[in-house]
Amino acid sequence: MLAIFTELADWLAYQVLGLSPDTRLGTAVQFFIEDTSKIFFLLVVMIYCIALLRAALDIERVRHFLVRRSRASGYVMGSVLGAITPFCSCSSIPVFLGFTSAGIPVGVTMAFLLTSPLINEVAVLLLLSLVGWEITLMYVLVGMSIGILGGVFLDFIRAERLLQPFALKAYQAGSAASAPVAARAALSWSERHAFARSELSDIVSRVWKWVLIGVGLGAALHGFVPASWVEQHLGSGQWWSVPLAVLAGIPLYSNATGVIPVMESLIVKGVPLGTVLAFCMSTVAASFPEFILLKQVMRWKLLAIIFALLLLSFSLVGWIVNSLPGLSQGAA
Amino acid sequence: MKNIQVLGSGCSKCEKTAAIVQAVADEAGVAVQVVKDTSAEAILRYGVMKTPAVVVDGELVHSGSIPDQKSIARWLL
Repeated sequence: MLAIFTELADWLAYQVLGLSPDTRLGTAVQFFIEDTSKIFFLLVVMIYCIALLRAALDIERVRHFLVRRSRASGYVMGSVLGAITPFCSCSSIPVFLGFTSAGIPVGVTMAFLLTSPLINEVAVLLLLSLVGWEITLMYVLVGMSIGILGGVFLDFIRAERLLQPFALKAYQAGSAASAPVAARAALSWSERHAFARSELSDIVSRVWKWVLIGVGLGAALHGFVPASWVEQHLGSGQWWSVPLAVLAGIPLYSNATGVIPVMESLIVKGVPLGTVLAFCMSTVAASFPEFILLKQVMRWKLLAIIFALLLLSFSLVGWIVNSLPGLSQGAA
Repeated sequence: MKNIQVLGSGCSKCEKTAAIVQAVADEAGVAVQVVKDTSAEAILRYGVMKTPAVVVDGELVHSGSIPDQKSIARWLL
């Protein structure tokens, strides 16, 4: 079904614009047209369909669901819900406080907040259509493991001690009481449609520029950087290329939608999969603006611990994936 | 004079919310004081988990989106 976008791009780049498929510019332009048209088509169709299905899932329900969990299932559910709940990073403070003041352990809350930017329906769909289901599955498993294990670790070191005093007080007070969820009538289809439409315009207006930047970078890589150069400099021979990729991802702040087209290009060019995953996860999840926001509820020490934890896990993921036989050769 | 607080951690939707509340009030000729509050304490006090949220004279009336003009007009009555 998606081959139509390749044909569209071939036609526009090589016939209408008269570029040659043998030139760098030609392949870059073709790549750009194919990916932007495909991604925007998928975004519009899939965001709408998924929003229809999950119109009834909101953050109050998620909290209600997590409050009554045992620790062990709490981490897993926190991470799963983080992946499927619609969430904008500007809500991380209210959500953190809402969960904490309901007595949900910091580790469970962080399992939710760490998984949330890494995995969402848009990221999964883009991965599926651009790099195939094997890498998608691996990405999802790795993202959730980081959320779950990160949460377990934070509770193990009793991270609540390192919250800002008012947030700690709210946590201690909240373990006793929890806000009831208002009963709600089942949603009608027209309400679902209205929700899906507002989700669609909200998400598209937020991510369109990231898509263009991401695909533009991907196209430039695709057209202008020779595979031999990539192999020589970013191949799997050098152990340090993984932490370097993680560090390079920090100042780059993008969401998953923007970085996945770059990921596609890197894999096709032969950069080892582990290095690509490490770079992309670091770009998406470890960003300074977000950490500065969290300063309102956490002390510096806890922020530093979480940041170091993320960087270490991304590097580990990179090394482990690169060392798996058969996967490091660029599966796309 | 109504005191209106817009709660939220400084995203663009919060600014739009404050602007539209002010605009509706001006049009209706209601005297209001619109204040944006980005502090985590305020968000915790009102138990808001979705921003932007709107508080009118100390009472939480809305959260999670930019409110529509009809709702705003109702709060200003």
